[in-house]
Amino acid sequence: MLKAYYHLLIRDLRLALRSRHELANPLIFFVLVVTLFPLAVTPTPDALQTMAPGVIWVSALLAVLLSLDRLFKLDYEDGSLDQLMLSPNPLMILVLAKVTAHWFLTGLPLVIIAPLLGIFMSLPAEAVIVLIYSLLLGTPVLSLVGAIGVSLTVAVNRGGVLLSLIILPLYIPILIFGANAVDVAADGLPVTGQLLFLGAVLALALSLAPLATSVALRITASR
Amino acid sequence: MFEAKSLECVRDDRLLFNDLSFAVAESEVLQIEGANGSGKTSLLRILCGLRLPEAGQVLWQEESIISNREDYYASMVYIGHLPCVKGDLTVLENVRSLLDTRSLSLSNEQIEVALAKVGLASYEDVPGKALSSGQRRRILLAFIELSQAKLWILDEPLTALDVQGVTLMESMIMEHKQAGGSVVFTTHHGMQLECEMSSVQLGRRSRG
Repeated sequence: MLKAYYHLLIRDLRLALRSRHELANPLIFFVLVVTLFPLAVTPTPDALQTMAPGVIWVSALLAVLLSLDRLFKLDYEDGSLDQLMLSPNPLMILVLAKVTAHWFLTGLPLVIIAPLLGIFMSLPAEAVIVLIYSLLLGTPVLSLVGAIGVSLTVAVNRGGVLLSLIILPLYIPILIFGANAVDVAADGLPVTGQLLFLGAVLALALSLAPLATSVALRITASR
Repeated sequence: MFEAKSLECVRDDRLLFNDLSFAVAESEVLQIEGANGSGKTSLLRILCGLRLPEAGQVLWQEESIISNREDYYASMVYIGHLPCVKGDLTVLENVRSLLDTRSLSLSNEQIEVALAKVGLASYEDVPGKALSSGQRRRILLAFIELSQAKLWILDEPLTALDVQGVTLMESMIMEHKQAGGSVVFTTHHGMQLECEMSSVQLGRRSRG
């Protein structure tokens, strides 16, 4: 079972590394959106610091949302998804492998580049550290919850709008607590509460989202 | 060992078949016959447990496949219309990733032997996107050959195959039957199997 998880994870990472331009898309989107804000609104450090947590978190969220489409699409189109569903291994484990690969390819790069953007938006050092923590806890939830939506819409042509409608409401709590943690840290207040909440949501998503996704995939395949 | 009990399938408010029952024993080859749109693919997807029938059930070793997916999937392999080939993976990696979903770890030599058998010798390191559609189908043939599955469910296995490919598929089915395996397949091309073969006719609801 662990082997199946590992093999599928490696396959997805290998596939992504062989078409690198797709890989860079969410990251470029993230960096572009965040860097355009100071140009469009105002470059004064105080104003930047006020909007930084929100801007960075919203851009990260949208970057993940835009990349979700690819999670099952290619496997669905070439029939590999059927083979995954016919695996003697629990579908949940395979779903988890695909979501892990997705996080490594989108969430993790966002977490790594975020401190640079934090400094760029003149966030104080403590807030930058909290930004890393909040994204580290929050982006896996975005991938996990996103997978549920993708599995429901993968058979729909141009399901992007539908996907956003299903997923965005579920993303809102993550956005509120994630951005709030950074905001509060910038004011020098403790953020344990927000981070614990994000951690709890991650634990919940990690245990329930793969189950929901695999059921949704079976429903999609049965049409 | 494999049994379909009074299956009913409705697609877009159209009844494709109902009260369809048949059984497949060991060493049995069963052809599903029927015109386009008569529900052959839907039936095969029901037999795989990918699609749920409106009524009836599919039994494997006398247990419903839905409640016993893991055992069933360990002993069956399904080939659909789609090639399941990744353009960015080499032929060897493609076969290996298909086998990985079945948790089979075979050596490179074993895979190369199978690739040679399906006519893809020396193609091991060629990326999938450089292959013709017939060659992609041959990757699937190597996969079922290596799958160690007792039951093969093949949806139009001859699609895109050339004359040698068709002969190869026929001989693979014969070998599988002699080894005690079972095959359920659909085809619009003539498959000349020199063995006893049962058939299920869709659309007219009779069994020959």
